[in-house]
Amino acid sequence: MAKKVALLQGNDACAQGALYAGCMFFGGYPITPSTEIAEVLSIELPKRGGKFIQMEDEIGAMASVIGASLAGSKSLTASSGPGVSLKQELIGYACIAEIPCVIINVMRGGPSTGMPTGPGQSDVQQARWGTHGDHATIAVAPASVQEIFSETVRAFNLAEKYRMPVQVLYDEIVGHMRERIEFPEAGELEVIDRTAPTDSPEDYKPFDASKSDVPPLAAFGSDYKFHVTGLNKAADGFPTTKAELVDAEERRQISKVEKPEARADIESNEEYLTDDAEVVIFAYGSTSRSARYAVNELRKEGIKAGLFRPITLWPFPENRIAELAKQVKAIVVAEMNLGQMLLEVERVAKGTCATPFIGRVDGEPINPGQLIAQVKEAL
Amino acid sequence: MAYDYDKSLRPGKLPHIWCPGCGHGIVMKGLIRAMDTCELDRKNTAIVSGIGCASRISGYIDACTLHTAHGRAAAFATGVKMAKPEMNVIVVGGDGDGTAIGGNHFIHACRRNIDMTYVIMNNFIYGMTGGQFSPCTPTGDKASTTVYGNPDPVFDISKLAIGAGATFVARTTAFHATQIDKLIAEGIKHKGMSIIEVIDDCPTTYGRRNQFRSVIDMMKRLKDMAVPVAAAAKMTAEQLDGKMLTGVLHKEVRPEYTEQYAKIIDLAKSA
Repeated sequence: MAKKVALLQGNDACAQGALYAGCMFFGGYPITPSTEIAEVLSIELPKRGGKFIQMEDEIGAMASVIGASLAGSKSLTASSGPGVSLKQELIGYACIAEIPCVIINVMRGGPSTGMPTGPGQSDVQQARWGTHGDHATIAVAPASVQEIFSETVRAFNLAEKYRMPVQVLYDEIVGHMRERIEFPEAGELEVIDRTAPTDSPEDYKPFDASKSDVPPLAAFGSDYKFHVTGLNKAADGFPTTKAELVDAEERRQISKVEKPEARADIESNEEYLTDDAEVVIFAYGSTSRSARYAVNELRKEGIKAGLFRPITLWPFPENRIAELAKQVKAIVVAEMNLGQMLLEVERVAKGTCATPFIGRVDGEPINPGQLIAQVKEAL
Repeated sequence: MAYDYDKSLRPGKLPHIWCPGCGHGIVMKGLIRAMDTCELDRKNTAIVSGIGCASRISGYIDACTLHTAHGRAAAFATGVKMAKPEMNVIVVGGDGDGTAIGGNHFIHACRRNIDMTYVIMNNFIYGMTGGQFSPCTPTGDKASTTVYGNPDPVFDISKLAIGAGATFVARTTAFHATQIDKLIAEGIKHKGMSIIEVIDDCPTTYGRRNQFRSVIDMMKRLKDMAVPVAAAAKMTAEQLDGKMLTGVLHKEVRPEYTEQYAKIIDLAKSA
């Protein structure tokens, strides 16, 4: 049977991906350029018994998502820079209380209101460090309409598997572009549900990491009664100030994402013509589309250029970047900000290759001509 | 025979954090009695709180308990209730948590008339942080950030709730212990947003700064302030100056939010 295809907007694909993943709750607040996600889900969720609520503000939206997730529903919110700034408080709550949820950030410029209808990629470090306190971050950055669908599904999977908030970041260009999409059949993409507790309700401890560093999460309204708090807590979920318990919990919550086997599971990159490359462009989101064009043009001229496209931004693909840094003369970093993922590339490359940079914050995309010129200069 | 609170409390979590003379324990006991009166299944009951002394109630009662961030309890609770409308949802917190940093969530939860019971303990002060003035600190009173006297006008929480659309609003005080559970129970049974405002005392951070020489003085004040709604009807405006009306202040029937949303689901499924 022929696959179902459509010409779809990126934000619509995000909503469809959420539904495919089994999302049953959306709590949001209107903001450009993400609103279409809410609009589509307000229509589609109730058709399958799911819930949509437009909350009084961005913080309330994030709060409702955490509450719904704790009651057992796969939950989503979507926003853009100013809204995601407001959500930071409760993204931190979802980190420490280990509540699975997905946050979409359709990126525009900034700071503050910035240019609401223009594209940006300037929230990528906010995704990592926006909420206070030490914590791990999972963030993915799709670059096409098809990939918004599949990465939204993967974001839900990662949220449920690692029991934490996962952010999907894509710029306004990808969010509002319309492309052909092939809808995966049911079962074609993996869909992961959260692990149910095996301990009896009497023995259940919501943060007991003795069997797994991702403890199973029971649902409110099931047979399990338990306590959840944003305070540092012990395995039973109740607050503690015991230094060794606080330390162990913080380290566990970071290592569950950053240990090598978790990184291997979470990291996803696309490499294009990097095998023999002498120079590699590091780009994600819509910028990577310009970069691919630039690489093709450079290859026509006999220049050994390649593209490294991180699909997972966080955890940062540091092992592969370190390898590439040894192979190439330069990693050209291109992003619609003034040097955010650049800091990571520089940190990992440690000077083993040059790391020239192209950044734009004028609401215009980085075009292939800029990239071609920068690569030639780097060689 | 003494009332058995222990079956509702989590073993090993007491002593509580509250100071001697604080009214929050009286309110918690009232809440437990109300939950018993309504025969709530604690597995199917979420107690959601924000940040502050009153919000610590969620840690002591054996139920599905969610101690959230400052001011956000009503919004977290909305998510829980939407996802599982069959759950009983109770919110507990203080005046600063609920009406300052959480004011927006508070009024919109009232407006939606979503079926939950919000017990708000109004002790006129931010107690946990050491006694800064709240939106409910009487004008002219002393707090650690109003040593010259509070210049701010005061929120009337019950009036705010009625104005915002809550369909059951009642008020009592920590002195009127036997009325607390009755009003909370009535709120739990009411379909829609119920606000139970309990005028409370904070001898440590409010009383000391405002010439209350003992907890007994503060309790006497609560007793003197309270005027039942029926009695107030026969009193003049002059006589009511400085008093707080107690009892059921407002009750109406209006469609409840999750029931309305269930109709949306039916509509969407049949479309």
